[in-house]
Amino acid sequence: MPGPGGDPELRPGFGDPVADSQSVFREVLAAMSEPGTVRTVAVGLDAPAPLHPATAAVCLALMDFETPVWLDAVACTGAVRTWLRFHCGCPLVADPAAARFAVAADPVKLPPLDGFAAGSEAYPDEGATLVLQVGSLDGGMPVTVTGPGIPGERSFGPEDVTRDFWHQRRALEDLFPQGLDLVFTSGVGLAALPRSTLGRW
Amino acid sequence: MTRVSTVAPDGGYTFAYLDEQTKRMVRRAILKAVAIPGYQVPFASREMPLPFGWGTGGIQVTASIIGREDTLKVIDQGADDTVNAVSIRAFFARTAGVPTTTRTEDATIIQTRHRIPETPLRASQILVYQVPIPEPLRWLEPREAETRRMHALQEYGVMHVRLYEDIARYGHIATSYDYPVRVNGRYLMRPSPIPKFDNPKMDRSPALQLFGAGREKRIYAVPPHTEVRSLDFDDHPFEVQKWDQACALCGSTASFLDEIVTDNQGGRMFVCSDTDHCDARVLAGHVGSAAGDRDPGGA
Amino acid sequence: MYVAVKGGERAIEASHRLLEAARRGDPAVPELSTRQVSEQLPRAVDRVMAEGSLYDRELAALAIRQAAGDLVEAIFLLRAYRTTLPRLGNSEPVDTARMLVRRRISATFKDVPGGQILGPTPDYTHRLLDFRLADIAPTHAAQGEDTVQRDRLPPQEEPMPRVMDLLGREGLVEDETPAADEGQPPADITREPLRFPAGRDARLQVLARGDEGFLLALGYASQRGFSNTHPFAGEIRYGVVAVAIVPEELGFAIEIGEIELTEVQMVNQFAGSDTAPPQFTRGYGLVFGHQERKAMSMALVDRSLRGRELGEAADSPTEDEEFVLYHSDNVESSGFVQHLKLPHYVDFQSELELLRRLRSEFDPPSAQAAE
Repeated sequence: MPGPGGDPELRPGFGDPVADSQSVFREVLAAMSEPGTVRTVAVGLDAPAPLHPATAAVCLALMDFETPVWLDAVACTGAVRTWLRFHCGCPLVADPAAARFAVAADPVKLPPLDGFAAGSEAYPDEGATLVLQVGSLDGGMPVTVTGPGIPGERSFGPEDVTRDFWHQRRALEDLFPQGLDLVFTSGVGLAALPRSTLGRW
Repeated sequence: MTRVSTVAPDGGYTFAYLDEQTKRMVRRAILKAVAIPGYQVPFASREMPLPFGWGTGGIQVTASIIGREDTLKVIDQGADDTVNAVSIRAFFARTAGVPTTTRTEDATIIQTRHRIPETPLRASQILVYQVPIPEPLRWLEPREAETRRMHALQEYGVMHVRLYEDIARYGHIATSYDYPVRVNGRYLMRPSPIPKFDNPKMDRSPALQLFGAGREKRIYAVPPHTEVRSLDFDDHPFEVQKWDQACALCGSTASFLDEIVTDNQGGRMFVCSDTDHCDARVLAGHVGSAAGDRDPGGA
Repeated sequence: MYVAVKGGERAIEASHRLLEAARRGDPAVPELSTRQVSEQLPRAVDRVMAEGSLYDRELAALAIRQAAGDLVEAIFLLRAYRTTLPRLGNSEPVDTARMLVRRRISATFKDVPGGQILGPTPDYTHRLLDFRLADIAPTHAAQGEDTVQRDRLPPQEEPMPRVMDLLGREGLVEDETPAADEGQPPADITREPLRFPAGRDARLQVLARGDEGFLLALGYASQRGFSNTHPFAGEIRYGVVAVAIVPEELGFAIEIGEIELTEVQMVNQFAGSDTAPPQFTRGYGLVFGHQERKAMSMALVDRSLRGRELGEAADSPTEDEEFVLYHSDNVESSGFVQHLKLPHYVDFQSELELLRRLRSEFDPPSAQAAE
């Protein structure tokens, strides 16, 4: 089926951009407000491979011409690039440090976390948001998370996240309020760990 | 009593007035605000069809989060029927067509100016505060470049000094509203001009609290279950206002009371500022000294 | 007997009806048309467009009518409308050297290439009320229009060089664009919140839509010693410039229309520093329409705000960028000043309770008073 713009490879975006953007945003907001809880994206979306529906939905809901986006090698296919350029209009950047958002379809091979923008002391909000697409949101090494949004503690263990990643993230905790905010996606599910969350294992 | 209304949205506007690009920009700012509790995220606040200083920050936040599944409550001074609350509720009924309510329990989003409802909030509710001046240090240091540096270095001693000067002069802290808090042990935050009576409700609330300052172009947040501590001293712990009187309508001794001047001789009566809370108590059979003077179901 | 503040909705509706009646005035008097406002109150339209940040004469005229002539309210109406407009593209920078000039004067030279052109200005009118304008009958009005049409001079068709460019060739005046951030896209104060220190691009944008009265007062203060800039009016020009965009699919510029602008270049003394020889510096003003008072004030304030970058003392309010930039927008300031009309009784109650407590605890320092 030919997509928008006459390009047969180009997949469509949200069916109802206003309502779908809002509902996806609210799931991301709920995930960010209660770190480690799993939310479901309830919009039908024919995402370009290798993006899962939740990954693609987060992109459509949050990215635009104001947000430079970095893609990892697996996510950086022609179809994904075309789709992002058409639906979001976001600039794609090769330098992780220049990105407001990063999308990784293979988080195991993620470049070092300190290569992404963590914001400045005066403007920590300039720290990037990383969208990490994983095999499942609960099949990996369990990490005990505490902090704002968590009464007591929670267990969170997404697949495809290495112990080394958790070590790097733990080092970033000392930089707070600078840091990176993480959104994990898998299928139609998503969960988040903002920089304020502490992880122990 | 459940006054839920649904009004068909005005076809001339996009849903909730803001264009999609503006909503995305506000949404990104909200997410960063949640990720850095108490930190003021700059955002490119837009001119709204209501004046700056009249709730444009709260309106932009509400417009960016609200969806067709939501039920909205708007209060000003705790009341659903004050003119600006009426005006803002009408704005969203007109531009978003969402159901509105006066009942705290039935609302998914509550936009407020100057109060937190007496009814405890629950998980998945969102409280949106209208904020006039977001910077807690502003009246001690007028320059943004300087206050930003102070936040970066957690240079908050100047606020403790100010509160301590009150103690030295009056014997206790003489700040009764907009009382400064520390969020999650890090950022000093202005709770907006709520009475300090409401400060304890912010602490570890299961609801998400979002703060919008339109004219000052800042958004900040307190996630659910987050420590919000009112500044105090070991020998002068934080305390809230108390009244000798009970609400004249519902008899409540636990709610924030408004003082009403009733005649030219200076007669006074005290009634709940939270009208929904008061109405619910009256319906449940509670009575105050002046019960019968007011029709709780009245428009 | 307690009467709650009820019926807000009905009160608001009634208030709107009264407002509309006040706007319309005596129904026996014919209603102004938007076209009459845009044609016959062009200076009011210019101000509303400039501070409303939207170049549209008809909409500005409509806003003035709707606001019953309250220009700050009309500016607010236009700004709120502007928020809803999608951005379709960015224009190329307008070239004021290629302006079709209707008026152009320089106070720094007796004559300049292209000449001094007085154009339409009230400068040398005697400010005597013209009673011929009072209650003019429609037939006379028609004749008047005829005369005006004949007296309207066609603008010159050749571009007129800017006076400051003449001084620039001698190196007597600083270069126009600082090279530091060249190549960077200019700031956009409608899309990004201000940050400090603000660049000159952001400062000029704020000033261009800043409140005329506020900038006038600041510019005036800068002349009276609250700043140290010693200005000369190098050039004031008013006329029409073309606006062009480069559509992505075409790759070259096409003109999409023209706008009226007033541009002011102030020449200011500068003593020089360890690293720079003495040289004139610039203050710049650019405003929609024909608004010399605003453009001159803007140029004075622009120069005052450059104090720090030029190594001057910069300790006056006019030189304090946070003070100037945060308080020059009348949509913001009008809203916040007037928000005091909203109910504040909860906070007032808190203060009442506190004040009563403080007074009951008050122990008059009689011993000290006796000293």
